[in-house]
Amino acid sequence: MTILKTENLKAYYITEIFGIKRTVKAVDGVSIDINNNEIFGIAGESGCGKSTLIKTLLGIVKPPLTVLDGDVNYSIGDKKFNILSLSPRELKNIRWEYISYIPQSSMSVLNPVRRIRDSFKSFINAHKKIEKKEFKNLVEEHLNALGLPIEVLNAYPHQLSGGMRQRVTIALATILKPKVIFADEPSTALDVVVQRGVIQLLKDIQKEQKNTIILVTHDMAIHANICDRIAIMYAGKIIEEAKTEEIFKNPLHPYTKYLIGSLPKIGDKSYRVSAPGSPPPLSNLPPGCSFHPRCPYVTERCRKEIPSLVEARDGHKVACFLVSKEV
Amino acid sequence: MFSAIKDLLKYDKRFTFGFSVMTLMIFLAILSFFSPYDPKVWNVVPRDMPPSLKHLLGTTSMGQDVFWLATYAIRNSLLLSVIAVIISRVIAILLGLITGYKGGFLDRFLMTINDSFVILPLLPILILIASVIKGALNINNLGILLGIFGWAWDARVLRSQILSLREREFTYTAKLSGMKTLSIIIKEYLPFIIPLIMATAMNNMLWVIGMEVTLAILGLSSLEIPTLGTMIHWSVNSQSLLLGIWWWILTPVFICILLFISLYMLSVSISEFLDPRTRLQRIEVMKG
Amino acid sequence: MLFFKSYLLPRIIQYIVVILIGTTVVFVVPRLMPTDPVQKTLELVALQGTYIDPEAVEKLRETLKELYGLKGTLFEQYIAFWKRLFKGDFGPSFAQFPTPVMDLIRISLPWTTVLLLLTTTLSWVIGNILGGLAGYFSNQRWARVLEGVAMVIRPVPYYIVALGLLIIFAFAFPIFPVGGGLSVGRELHLTLDLLLDIVRHAFLPALSLVLVGSSVWFMTMRLLVSNIVREDYVLYAQVGGISDREIVFRYTIRNALLPQITGLALSLGQIFSGALITEQVFAYPGLGTLLYNSVSRGDYNLLMGITLLSIIGIATGVLIIDLIYPLFDPRIRYR
Repeated sequence: MTILKTENLKAYYITEIFGIKRTVKAVDGVSIDINNNEIFGIAGESGCGKSTLIKTLLGIVKPPLTVLDGDVNYSIGDKKFNILSLSPRELKNIRWEYISYIPQSSMSVLNPVRRIRDSFKSFINAHKKIEKKEFKNLVEEHLNALGLPIEVLNAYPHQLSGGMRQRVTIALATILKPKVIFADEPSTALDVVVQRGVIQLLKDIQKEQKNTIILVTHDMAIHANICDRIAIMYAGKIIEEAKTEEIFKNPLHPYTKYLIGSLPKIGDKSYRVSAPGSPPPLSNLPPGCSFHPRCPYVTERCRKEIPSLVEARDGHKVACFLVSKEV
Repeated sequence: MFSAIKDLLKYDKRFTFGFSVMTLMIFLAILSFFSPYDPKVWNVVPRDMPPSLKHLLGTTSMGQDVFWLATYAIRNSLLLSVIAVIISRVIAILLGLITGYKGGFLDRFLMTINDSFVILPLLPILILIASVIKGALNINNLGILLGIFGWAWDARVLRSQILSLREREFTYTAKLSGMKTLSIIIKEYLPFIIPLIMATAMNNMLWVIGMEVTLAILGLSSLEIPTLGTMIHWSVNSQSLLLGIWWWILTPVFICILLFISLYMLSVSISEFLDPRTRLQRIEVMKG
Repeated sequence: MLFFKSYLLPRIIQYIVVILIGTTVVFVVPRLMPTDPVQKTLELVALQGTYIDPEAVEKLRETLKELYGLKGTLFEQYIAFWKRLFKGDFGPSFAQFPTPVMDLIRISLPWTTVLLLLTTTLSWVIGNILGGLAGYFSNQRWARVLEGVAMVIRPVPYYIVALGLLIIFAFAFPIFPVGGGLSVGRELHLTLDLLLDIVRHAFLPALSLVLVGSSVWFMTMRLLVSNIVREDYVLYAQVGGISDREIVFRYTIRNALLPQITGLALSLGQIFSGALITEQVFAYPGLGTLLYNSVSRGDYNLLMGITLLSIIGIATGVLIIDLIYPLFDPRIRYR
């Protein structure tokens, strides 16, 4: 059951500073299908457009970000809508109850001068009219379910540890049991031990609430750990998409091979090769396949034409001439 | 530097306004060198004449030409503010650099002193000093006096800028590569703080000219030297308002207002030009 | 304990240092004066024409020296100066000899205190609310109009604004009295009529203080809010569908008020200076006019008294604001 579908989505940052026009192609023709009740991972190096993709999918499109092409169609239960064409009022009603968001910089998303309780109050009241007692029950039950102490409600953000603040943010984002949750690098700023706990928390929520989580991170280990399917993003495009097991066992795109190659395995002591060079600036992409300057298998065709995302095997899509020639 | 001014002139109306007014003021100040009248001599023209072709902005009750008097006033007020600004810049920059870069006890000690000067009500203190050295308060001395008291706020601003620069990557790189403190400051920081110094200098000029006006109103500066302040002083004291000699009082008041607004706009547009965040925001505004 | 050491203690030290520096300047400056105030007063007495025999002159000289605190070495003078300061004794007025300076100040002080408290609070509140709204809704037409107005008023010094209002509302359109605190010859009986008279006289000075003051707060608040709007917690609240109203008051203005409270403390001295000069324009019977009179009559003792009192008053005001500040900022309250 598809819950979210986009086709050829294009979202660019268009800026003009003192007469110099700049176009950053952050999301450049992305087509994805995300199913109900799955954890869908989006991976890629920093600066590949992951966060912008998430913003566009959430309908947070403010200048200089502009959507040039494509829809973002949701079908949650019997509610079907294109989030990009909703009015601010409708957007407000959709968010938190249907679609929610755990942001990248969760360290600073809580107002530093308000108690956690007040943040919960604000977010809940924006969507639901509830009594004081009902509020207390709702929040306490939710915190209990996530294994968080009730006392955090009386604390100010700066009194909590980084890990606890992140958990509180997750609790805040999931308090109204949304069907779709976007998580943008939810564990990146945390140390490894705390990371594990946070990722486990997400996994538990998904298991219990049976909703869809779209998880964005550059960390392939986390993807391997909890995702059902993974899309690999490079320079604003999805270049490979498959089931987690399939992508790790049988990566097709040279870039994916590098990404997985840089993942440590127990017992393996060989030298890890990462992709040479660095990703191109989104404001100035090379012609043809964006990866070609870093690709060891580059051909003449790669320098001129842009490969499209095609199905190579059952449910395994890739955008690379090497592979599409094979099929 | 010049390309920045060009950009600002092209895209920031406030800068264009401030820049044009300042150019006009400097032009008027230079014009004073060609004045047909000596500003210190009275009764060189008929008294209390309204504006006419012969006397563009009329004449005063002392028999002086308001237009030519105003050119002297602008020249002296600008000169005075430049003296004060230079002195206070030297103190502010030194203090800002030392406290911002060195930190530690020295920083805390100097900042406590600095903040004391921010908090102190300067007007009564300046009045006290001015009334003590009343006779000797010519343009130079007044400039020095206001320079000595006008640095505290800007030292604070510069310090916080240095503090943020100190945390940036290139400082560590420079330090690790063995650069001396002084050359780090000159080579790495100065390009960042020069525009900031410009912006604070504009604000400080504003304060100096305003303070001169205030002291002159109270009759505490050398009243025979024409400045914007002494012009207002004489016109107010001669009851020009009651007598209906409006051109005499309105000329310096209007020049002051114009000067203040243009200096402020220059300072605001320069400091916004520095801030990438507000720059982005302005682009959004332009887009609506 | 940490709160005391890292927040309270530096503020108290700051308080002491401000007063120490201020009073020392006030002590030192008149002693650099080329003319001897004692000699000057004696000349004044001589000018009045009555003959005083030399012995009496010498006696008077000693008394005056004592009164003006000019007896002994500089160090002894400094100690005596501090002793008198603690007793609240600023000596006699030169111009209205021998009325103590403190008595003159006592009459003027309530006028200034009420005017200053009222206008400072009013401009801070008005400037912050309007500036906060204009910063949040910076694309709206009314916000840009407000900004334009504030931008024009903001840099103009108090004196010019006061003079402008005086020209417009007292000369061109005589709606308000030209100056003073009360109508001439009015008796001080507490009636509604008297109160209205006071308000009518205080209106223009108050208006010019509020106009300049609120545009200053408006401009800083607008800038603060336009930066805070980009903070993650505001963006997140917007994504979460929290109403603009709540975001404006509980997220942006609420948070931007913190630096504005500090700003209020730091600019208290400037605001006070502005009030002094505004009072003088309208001949409002407060410290400003008293200060002006002391300057024009060469009454150094009065001038010093006003200056010392202002320094102590402002420093105390700053300390009070600093002590209240933690109530608004939990990051300082709970470390």
